[in-house]
Amino acid sequence: MALFDRFRKGLEKTRTSFSEGFNRLATSLGIYDASMLDELEMLLVSADTGVPAATAAMESLRRRMKESGQVSRAQVLQMLRDELLNLLGPTSRLELAPSGLNIVLMVGVNGTGKTTTAGKLCARFAAEGRRTVLAAADTFRAAAIEQLEHWAKATGTPLIHHSEGSDPAAVVFDAVQSAKARGAGVLIVDTAGRLHNKQNLMDELNKIRRVIAREAPDARCTTLLVIDATTGQNAVVQARLFKEAASVDGVVLTKLDGNAKGGVAIAVAYETRVPILLAGLGEQVDDLVDFDAASFVDSLLPTP
Amino acid sequence: MAFFASLSDKLQAISARMKGKARVSEVDIRDMMREIRLALLEADVNFQVVKQFVDEVALKCRGSDVLECLTPGQQVVKIVHEELAAMLGTTPGRLAVSPSGFTVILLCGLNGAGKTTTAAKLGLYLKKKGKKPMLASCDVHRPAAAKQLEVLAGQAGLTSFLMPDEKDAVVVARKAVDRAKYLFQDTLILDTAGRMTIDAELMEELRQVRKAVSPTETLLVVDAMTGQEAVTIASAFDKEIGVDGFVMTKLDGDARGGAALSIRRMTGRPIKFACVGEKIADIEEFYPDRMASRILGMGDVLGLIERATVAVDEKKARDTLENIRKNRFTLQDMLSQMEEVVKMGDMNSMLEMIPGMDKKKMAGAQVDEKQVARTVAILRGMTVRERMNPDLLNASRRKRIAAGSGVQVQDVNRVVRQFEETEKMMKQFQSMSRGRRGRAGMPGFPF
Ligand SMILES: Nc1nc2c(ncn2[C@@H]2O[C@H](COP(=O)(O)OP(=O)(O)O)[C@@H](O)[C@H]2O)c(=O)[nH]1
Ligand SMILES: Nc1nc2c(ncn2[C@@H]2O[C@H](COP(=O)(O)OP(=O)(O)O)[C@@H](O)[C@H]2O)c(=O)[nH]1
Ligand SMILES: [Mg+2]
Ligand SMILES: [Mg+2]
Repeated sequence: MALFDRFRKGLEKTRTSFSEGFNRLATSLGIYDASMLDELEMLLVSADTGVPAATAAMESLRRRMKESGQVSRAQVLQMLRDELLNLLGPTSRLELAPSGLNIVLMVGVNGTGKTTTAGKLCARFAAEGRRTVLAAADTFRAAAIEQLEHWAKATGTPLIHHSEGSDPAAVVFDAVQSAKARGAGVLIVDTAGRLHNKQNLMDELNKIRRVIAREAPDARCTTLLVIDATTGQNAVVQARLFKEAASVDGVVLTKLDGNAKGGVAIAVAYETRVPILLAGLGEQVDDLVDFDAASFVDSLLPTP
Repeated sequence: MAFFASLSDKLQAISARMKGKARVSEVDIRDMMREIRLALLEADVNFQVVKQFVDEVALKCRGSDVLECLTPGQQVVKIVHEELAAMLGTTPGRLAVSPSGFTVILLCGLNGAGKTTTAAKLGLYLKKKGKKPMLASCDVHRPAAAKQLEVLAGQAGLTSFLMPDEKDAVVVARKAVDRAKYLFQDTLILDTAGRMTIDAELMEELRQVRKAVSPTETLLVVDAMTGQEAVTIASAFDKEIGVDGFVMTKLDGDARGGAALSIRRMTGRPIKFACVGEKIADIEEFYPDRMASRILGMGDVLGLIERATVAVDEKKARDTLENIRKNRFTLQDMLSQMEEVVKMGDMNSMLEMIPGMDKKKMAGAQVDEKQVARTVAILRGMTVRERMNPDLLNASRRKRIAAGSGVQVQDVNRVVRQFEETEKMMKQFQSMSRGRRGRAGMPGFPF
C-alpha cells in the first residue's frame, strides 16, 4: 500500500466531532452565516487546534466569504480546507544527506513515542539501504535500554548502550565514534522523556547536542520532536521550548491511530512554524509514514 | 501565575469600566464570561464542559452581589475558582479496600500515559500505609514492559510477578492473583498494556482481564497534557470496562490539566491521585482546590482570593503573626507578606496591621522596590512544598528556581538566608513576646 493510502487509512477509523458538527450546521440551512461561523470556530477548538489558530482560520474564512459571496456548504468546506492547510505551512520531508553521517535526535516529553519511533525509523532507513546505528541515550527510565534492544534486534540495527543510570552524553560520544568507525549513514539517538519546564533535563539535552557538534561537526543533525496526537495546548509550549533548547527541525505526530485526530498539530505549526514531518499510526514497526497535510486536514473535516 | 494574572487583570479591566455605574450590564458579564471561556479552553477543558460551566457561572454571578463589590473582577475569579473546585470533587482520593481482605487494583489507559510508573507509585504508597502489595504486569504488547515493572518494583522494595513469554494477558492476570494470594499479599496491582479506545481487540482483551480478576478498583491513568478528546477516552473506558476513578499523571509539567475537569464532569468518577514526577515516590492524593487553581493557571490562589474579599485583610496579618508565634514562619508566609508589600507600595501600612507592632520603630524602614520584586519572583519560582518546607531547597532545586525566575543562584541563596535570619529573629521575638505581649518590636524586618 502506498504511504499516502496508509496515512489516510490510519486516520479513517473515527469521525471527528468536528465533521459531525459541520454537517449538522450545514443541514440546518445548507448555507453558512456569521453566527454559524462562531460555532464553526468552536468546532475547530474541539479538535485541539487551539483558539489562536481557530480564530485566524475563521477571520480569513469570514473575509473570503464576504468577498466572494460563496456560502454554500461545499464552498465553505473547500475554503476552510485551504485555511487549515495554510496554517500548517508548506510541506516538508525528513531529508537526509545522501552521503556522510546523519544524526537523528529523538526528543520530547515523557511517553510520547520516541523509542517506538526510533525503532520504526531503523526499519525505514534499512529499507532505504542506509547503514544505521542506534544509541540508547535514555539511561533514566526503567528498562528503556531493553525496550530499545527489542527494536534493534527486530530491525537488525547495532545498538550502542551503557548501563542504566550512566551519563547519556557519554553514550552519545561512544555512539558517534562507533557510527563513524562503521561508516554508518545514520545514527539515531533515543533520549529520555523530559518535561520542558525542567531546566536540568533541558541542560542535559544541550550537553548531548554539544557532544554531537564537537564529535561530528560535519554530520547533518536533525532533531525530531515527538508529540502525542492526544495532547492538548501544551504541545505548543513543548514545541516552543524544545525549539529554543534543541533547535527542533520537525515534529513526529504519534498515536494518530487513536481517538484524537491531532488537531494540535495545526496549533503547533501555526504558532511555532515547526513543520510536521512524520506521523505514527500504531505500535508496529511499519506504522510510520510521512505526514501528509492534505489527508490530515481531510481527516478532520467531513467528506465533501 | 503569570496566566492567572492575565485572566485576573482582564476581568479587572472589564470591571474597571463598570465603576460608578449603578448596575452592571449584560455586556460586562458577557465580556467577563468570554475571558473565562478562553482561559478554560486554553487549559484544554473540553469545549462542551466549558460551555456548561460558563453558563452556570454566569447565572451565579447574576444572582450574587458580585457586581456591587469593589473588585467585581476578582470576585468573579473567586466564584469561578470555587465552582471549579466543587466540580472537581470535594474530598481527596481514597482507595477502596476489599472486604475479603484481598484487594485488586487494575490500571488502564492510553499508551504512554504513565500506567507502569503509577503501578509502582501506588505500590510504594500502599506499602508506606502498611499494606502488602504485589505488582504484576499484564502488558504482553509493549517491548520490555514487564522488565520495566520489575525494575520499578525492585526500587520500591515490592514483590513483582511477570511472565515475559506468556502472550495472553488473561492468563497472566489469573496467575498473578493466585501468586499474590499464595504469598499472603493483601493487594495486587495489575498493570496493563496501553490501548487506544477505538482498538476493539485490545479493549476486548482488557474486558477479559477485568472479568478474570474482578478488581476492587479499576483506575484510569490520564496524562495531564491530554486535550479535548479526554472526554471521549474516559467515557469509552468507563462504558466498556468500568472505571472507579482516575489518576492524573505528569502534573509536574506545566500543562494546565483541564482534562481533569472534563473527565470528572463527564463521568462523575472521582480523581484519586496526582502524579508529580518520574520517581516512584512522586505521587500525592488528589486535592480539588489545587487542581482548580492550576486549571485557572495560578499558583497560590488563597492569597489572591483573600485580596478579592478585602483589600488588606486583617485576619491574614493576624494569621501570619499567629504562625510567627507558633514559630512556624515559612517561605510561604514570607511570600504572602511580600506580595502585600508589592501591592500596597509600602510595607509600613501592612506592618501597622500586625497587632503589637511598634510603629515608631518601623518608621525608618526603607523598601527597595526592585529588590522586593526580585525576591517575590524567586519565592514564586519555588513550589508550595518548597515554601512550606525550606529544608528541601538543595543545590539543584535552587538552580532550577534561579533559572525559572531569571536570576543567579546567589540571589536565591540570599533570599533563603534572609528567610533564615527572619526565622531566627521570629524565634527571638517569640520568646520575648511570651508574657510581655505587645512590647517587642521587630527590628530590621529584612525586606
Ligand atoms: N497506538 C500507538 N501507540 C504508540 C505509537 N507510538 C508509540 N506508541 C506507544 O506509546 C507508548 C510509549 O511509547 P515509547 O516509544 O515508549 O515512548 P517514549 O517514552 O517517548 O520513548 C508505548 O506503549 C508505545 O507502544 C503510535 O503511533 N500509535
Ligand atoms: N514527569 C513525569 N513523568 C512521568 C510521570 N508518570 C510517568 N512518567 C513518565 O512517562 C513515561 C511513560 O510512563 P509509563 O509508566 O511507561 O507509561 P505506560 O505506557 O502508561 O505504562 C515514562 O517516561 C515515565 O517515566 C509523572 O507523573 N511525571
Ligand atoms: Mg523512550
Ligand atoms: Mg506500561
